[in-house]
Amino acid sequence: MPVDIKVDQTLDAKGLSCPLPILKTKKAVEALAKDQVLKVVTTDPGSKNDMASWAKRTGNEILKMDEGSGSFTFYIKKTA
Amino acid sequence: MAQKKMTIIASKGALDMAYPPLILATTAAAMDFDVTIFFTFYGLELIKKGNADSLKISPLGNPAMPMPMPIPALVAAMPGMQAFAGSMMKSMFKKHGVASIGQLLDLAKESGVKLIACQMTMDVMGVKQEDIIDGVEFGGAATWLDGAADSQINLFI
Repeated sequence: MPVDIKVDQTLDAKGLSCPLPILKTKKAVEALAKDQVLKVVTTDPGSKNDMASWAKRTGNEILKMDEGSGSFTFYIKKTA
Repeated sequence: MAQKKMTIIASKGALDMAYPPLILATTAAAMDFDVTIFFTFYGLELIKKGNADSLKISPLGNPAMPMPMPIPALVAAMPGMQAFAGSMMKSMFKKHGVASIGQLLDLAKESGVKLIACQMTMDVMGVKQEDIIDGVEFGGAATWLDGAADSQINLFI
């Protein structure tokens, strides 16, 4: 059964290459309140690993990652 | 987690070599690192006023550089080839959604990356402090070493 994630903000990072998806994600997460969720959509295949490393380093949590037809969707909870 | 620190020495002024220091610096800042870039020798080109988006690249002596057609070395040495190769590479980067050097520099400043220009190489190459973009500090080897001694990552590019 799919778990519903309440998204507070969405960031479209499609078509952007390293390092812009990460830089824009950082900015967007900073603008959130604690425990709010950012949905980020990317097309950069490197962002799959990059986003995980970024979240680990900054202490934020990736609740879910969907991969499909050349795009990656991350649900990031601001926990830091 | 204690804050990590990184320093980078940016010593190259060609378009391709301007990318690694700025990509790593902006990304590290986004990962909550405290970042310093020390610009020395040709790296000063990146922080000269109005110069960040005018950097060029020479295909000469670089057989790996992708060109629309094979370019013999003698042709690569012709006047105008550096500007041509520079604008070609810029359009390749743009097409792939990569930020320009100017944008990355702005993002670095915005995210608190500390920028230091090497005073000695400025003096040798006739670069004045007013030729350098705002927000840059001036120092020498000791300034960099002081930061490097407390950093987990120190890169020379």
